[in-house]
Amino acid sequence: MRKCSLDSINKIFGKIAETNKLYLPVDGSDGVAVYTKWEEGKEWSNALNTVRSPKDFFFPQVENLMEFKTSGKNIELTDIREEAEDFVIFGVRACDVRSFDILDRVFLTDPVDSFYASRREHGVIVSVACSKPSETCFCQTFDNIDATNPLGDVTAWKTEDSVYFKANTEKGEAFMKKIESLTEECDDTAVAAEKDKIAAIMKKLPLKDLSADAFGGGKTDTFFNVPEWDELSATCLGCGTCTFVCPTCQCYDIKDFNTGNGVIRYRCWDSCMYSEFTKMAHGNNRLSQKERFRQRFMHKLVYYPENNEGIFGCVGCGRCLAKCPISMNIVKVMKKIGGKVNE
Amino acid sequence: MQKITRDQLVEKAVALLSDGTVSAVLGWSRGEFDYDITPAVFKSAEEVKENFVWNDFCGANFSKYLVAQTGKVEGKILVFLKPCDTYSFNQLLTEHRFDREKVYAVGIPCEGMADIAKVREIVGDGIVSIEDDGESLKVSTLYADAPVLVGAKDVMAERCVNCKSKKHVAFDELMGEDGEVIESARFDEVARLEAMTPDERFLFWQNELSRCIRCNACRDACPACTCEKCVFDNPDSAVENKAPANSFEEKMFHIIRAFHVAGRCTDCGECSRVCPQNIPLHLLNRKFIKDINEFYGEYQAGAEVGSRAPLVDYTTEDLEPGEVFERGDQDA
Ligand code: SF4
Ligand code: SF4
Ligand code: SF4
Ligand code: SF4
Repeated sequence: MRKCSLDSINKIFGKIAETNKLYLPVDGSDGVAVYTKWEEGKEWSNALNTVRSPKDFFFPQVENLMEFKTSGKNIELTDIREEAEDFVIFGVRACDVRSFDILDRVFLTDPVDSFYASRREHGVIVSVACSKPSETCFCQTFDNIDATNPLGDVTAWKTEDSVYFKANTEKGEAFMKKIESLTEECDDTAVAAEKDKIAAIMKKLPLKDLSADAFGGGKTDTFFNVPEWDELSATCLGCGTCTFVCPTCQCYDIKDFNTGNGVIRYRCWDSCMYSEFTKMAHGNNRLSQKERFRQRFMHKLVYYPENNEGIFGCVGCGRCLAKCPISMNIVKVMKKIGGKVNE
Repeated sequence: MQKITRDQLVEKAVALLSDGTVSAVLGWSRGEFDYDITPAVFKSAEEVKENFVWNDFCGANFSKYLVAQTGKVEGKILVFLKPCDTYSFNQLLTEHRFDREKVYAVGIPCEGMADIAKVREIVGDGIVSIEDDGESLKVSTLYADAPVLVGAKDVMAERCVNCKSKKHVAFDELMGEDGEVIESARFDEVARLEAMTPDERFLFWQNELSRCIRCNACRDACPACTCEKCVFDNPDSAVENKAPANSFEEKMFHIIRAFHVAGRCTDCGECSRVCPQNIPLHLLNRKFIKDINEFYGEYQAGAEVGSRAPLVDYTTEDLEPGEVFERGDQDA
């Protein structure tokens, strides 16, 4: 374990930025934290998390896939892929680190998404423990997410006056090597104390007892037709905010943009909450908002675990709790329909 | 800080459900915390008694829900309308978006709603409970040893600080006392933007809109956006998009939307309230309202049913396009 003083953290950022692009949460003019490319003068935000999750780094909201140019009867195809260079994302919370595993299981299983894979390979993740969780946090509901000790290539802990680092992977070792001269070796007393402090807060979180046990693979029939979907979805706007802020939502659309003398084929995030999401040649098989709404939650709580060894498709980051315009969210859904089964 | 109480509203809803005047109630439903309130359709007195809430976080404007809900509910639906909501209600009626006969509207007074983001700015994160003692909110957090008292005025939502009317312009029944249309400072911020150079203004909007994630919450919450198929959702429109492909498109969405609601936007503030990225969308719409007021005379969308908005009306008094152009030139 190594440490540096909190005052000198910008020197560490400077050192990393000499060789790699470095992104970290920085407060914008309105106080909302956004992952921003570090440069001199940018300060690491104190916010617990960003509204827009770091999934953008691996699965960006929009990306161009290829370009076609037409002249007469010829079509010329250009591969416009930029191979990613190594980059560092700093300050990722435990929930969001876990979200990358959930995305990996989708994008890295056969057929591998080479765009995603390349960025994943080039990304170095420095996570940071959560010294001040929010009331909306419920990462504890799910396995393998530890806010006191997040995963990632390097784990960091930020205390009042210092930042502590521990490497977890080879990429992490390389990162530590780079900042070696700016950090000093230390024992883990301070980190142990910080972990205890966080653990004590986690025990006080209002959603600490939320359980996902009622859900999981094989439960489609249990939940698909429960009448509660009607009232839960009654006022859903179908806006898709929940899916766009969610670190694990992974659906996309591939579209062609007509440039006048050719086509740019791009992909962009899509949302199961949208009315034309399931539109196909024969029509649309999800005609009501209730069906769309149900899909989002069934996917996270039943279908995803069914296909992925019981792992849930939610990491409890709480973004949908904080951002849904009607304050409807996965916790309310779990309590309403999961509670019923437990009774 | 609300003068009318939850119990009064519950009593009203229960009475109207019990005597058969209405068969459903559009109201605010209890959340996990004290501030995360969900608009809900209550079908029984029991549900109302158990889950109905009324507090400083009941900002949601129900007018737009009437478009969908009047079609779904047998009989009448009870809707509680704050003064600003009544303007949206009238505007939707002007546009024939729901059947007035299917609605029983109860006007309720509003002292202004709180903005949870403002509360957080003062007390920090980890809010576990919020109690209202009339003048202030008593907020308990995970991190403060004792509850923090915050003044209701200090955490009032921007749209409520700049409230344009405490008067209800539509209702079947009114609870409490009606208020007046009030002078507000709502155009001050627009004037500040107008005073900027075009470059400064461009930078301002560039910065704000660059955070947009195109989640569409602003459009979907907007009572003026009730097109059956939004042009941005229509695969055949050539502008259908789910993501801003570039920074031009990002602005286009907002500019087009602002034009689509110009003259119809009542300035209810739902767009800015729901934006997950805190983008001050109301400023775009207020610019249109301010211009309309200055070019065509004072006009408030939704003030009455059936009024003709200046942009879809013609009078010989109308400003000549040349004058608009000149004024635009001076601003630039
Ligand atoms: S659940 Fe909320 S955020 Fe998601 S689509 Fe419905 S209204 Fe929008
Ligand atoms: S469903 Fe909600 S809480 Fe779960 S990961 Fe997505 S945004 Fe976070
Ligand atoms: S959900 Fe857990 S890991 Fe995520 S920010 Fe909250 S406490 Fe940290
Ligand atoms: S609600 Fe905000 S983030 Fe969402 S589309 Fe509108 S402006 Fe963009």
